[in-house]
Amino acid sequence: MNEFLGNKRAILTLVGPALLIYTAVMLVPVFWSAGYSLTSGNAITGYHFVGLANFRELVSDPNVSTALWFTVRYAVVLTIGQVVAGYLLALFYVFFLRRASALIRTLLFFPIVLPTVAVALMFQNLFSIAPINGPVNSLLIAVGYHAIDWFGSAGNAFWIIIIMDIWRSMGFYAVLLYAGLINIPESTIEAARIDGATRLRLVRHIVLPLSFPVLLSALIFSINGTLKVFDSILALTNGGPGNATTPLTLYMFNTSFSYDEYGYGATIALLLTIICLVVTLALYRWSRVGGEAAAQ
Amino acid sequence: MTTATAPRPVGDHAVRSAPAQRASRRAVVRFTRRLPARLLILVLLIVVVYPLVWLFLGSLKSQYDYLNTPSYTLPAHWMWGNYKAAWVTGDLGLYIRNSVTAVFPSLILVIVLGSAAGFALQVMKWRLSRPVTLLFLAGIMVPSQMILLPLFTIYFQVGLTGSLWPLIITYTGTGLPLTVFMMATYFRAVPREVIDAAAIDGAGIFRVFFSVALPMMRGAILTVALTQFFFMWNDLLVALTFTNSNNLRTVQVGLLNFTGQFGAIEYGPLFAAICITVLGTLVLFTALNRQVMKGLTGGAVKG
Repeated sequence: MNEFLGNKRAILTLVGPALLIYTAVMLVPVFWSAGYSLTSGNAITGYHFVGLANFRELVSDPNVSTALWFTVRYAVVLTIGQVVAGYLLALFYVFFLRRASALIRTLLFFPIVLPTVAVALMFQNLFSIAPINGPVNSLLIAVGYHAIDWFGSAGNAFWIIIIMDIWRSMGFYAVLLYAGLINIPESTIEAARIDGATRLRLVRHIVLPLSFPVLLSALIFSINGTLKVFDSILALTNGGPGNATTPLTLYMFNTSFSYDEYGYGATIALLLTIICLVVTLALYRWSRVGGEAAAQ
Repeated sequence: MTTATAPRPVGDHAVRSAPAQRASRRAVVRFTRRLPARLLILVLLIVVVYPLVWLFLGSLKSQYDYLNTPSYTLPAHWMWGNYKAAWVTGDLGLYIRNSVTAVFPSLILVIVLGSAAGFALQVMKWRLSRPVTLLFLAGIMVPSQMILLPLFTIYFQVGLTGSLWPLIITYTGTGLPLTVFMMATYFRAVPREVIDAAAIDGAGIFRVFFSVALPMMRGAILTVALTQFFFMWNDLLVALTFTNSNNLRTVQVGLLNFTGQFGAIEYGPLFAAICITVLGTLVLFTALNRQVMKGLTGGAVKG
């Protein structure tokens, strides 16, 4: 049997094509791109070696620190927002709706599959102030407040992005976390209830620790995704006003394709990749340690 | 409490029996206890559904109507022509054709190559299967920005720019890591005995893969294919990088530049275009929501 499942030629035929394409399209370009960070130029003019000049620029470029700071803020705020919203929804499904939750679960999940560009264009018009007030500003006026220029200031624009992304993703995270919550044995919760635990204590001492692993994987997934955010911000604010809502991903894209500085673009991409790698690995290690601590 | 137990005429609504009273009070209590949950459901539904309804109404309004009547009103004239304008003048038909041309070949390639690799990594026995799995896994972490510039340079030098090939190649390459990984996980569920039995019956390894393992994976393949479909169909970064003319634009890139086609913003056709793209995903999601939900959340937990 081992001979049968260890057939070298068969293994190569099955895994070879995938590995080849994956290597050609992803692995090689990763290192190639890292090499570009030592050059200046682009695909049309060609590249020439400039040593560490790009890295010196990276350190002193105020746009990089703005983009980095925005990326971090966005990742932290949105991760907390969508995981908390998703967790509350999941608790609601499990403890209030019980079996009746299938339809609402499905409905709230739907926005995540919508094209990001479509959602962003919709939110632009939902929150618009000119040429006419969108529904949100109309509502504000109707309750006696005044219309707000949502995309005019950095602070407001940031929150519209967050609101839009929570709108898109809360149903997704709810389903993700729901899967972890329904695995908690009914008897455990029943036992705690009989012992007189209040609802809040039940969540704090029984449900939260038992759903800790799935919460962590939601957290890791969210951080990893938010660090790479591109579509929703490009389509909603295009990084504006000014560069106030420009994440690293978008700054890299503009540097490379609007200003044709591939060398510097590759340097920003490298910074982004290292951040993703370090954060993901750190979270992964921490989750193992934390997971064991919570299990005890 | 009342102790009246004397029989009363049936249908006397003025005075009700004690058990009925208690029952109705219980109903009231139950109703008020459920009220917050029901209100919350209502709010959630409004938050999710209302923007889409508003979008749909907007797609049927004339420019004057949209700019001069409150947002919640019905269209004065139902301008179904907006959809035609979006499709023809707005080139949405072309963009959808481009998206289909780029996404479906990539999807087929990713599924065929990904399931073969997943099978080899999970079912077959070889020394390097663990390191190779980890190698694929590493690809999930890498942001696309890290591979765009070399790819652009290669495509430019080989002369592929100006066609949809760069999209097909890039989607296939970037889709593989997650596909291979999900497939390998699903192959774990195929009982070893089934494969052993087929081997004892004299089937070759490829026959075992195609005729035994793959048919057992039909559900898993649909799930993974849907996940990848949404990733590719909704992609903006890759499509934006490798499409340099209007003739090559995918739906997302076309939508992003949509207002440009008309000179100024035409709200009706713009909303109609958004509605068409929303409707496409809505149909797919309604038909296959269980698989979509399973695939997208499964990818998250494993990735």
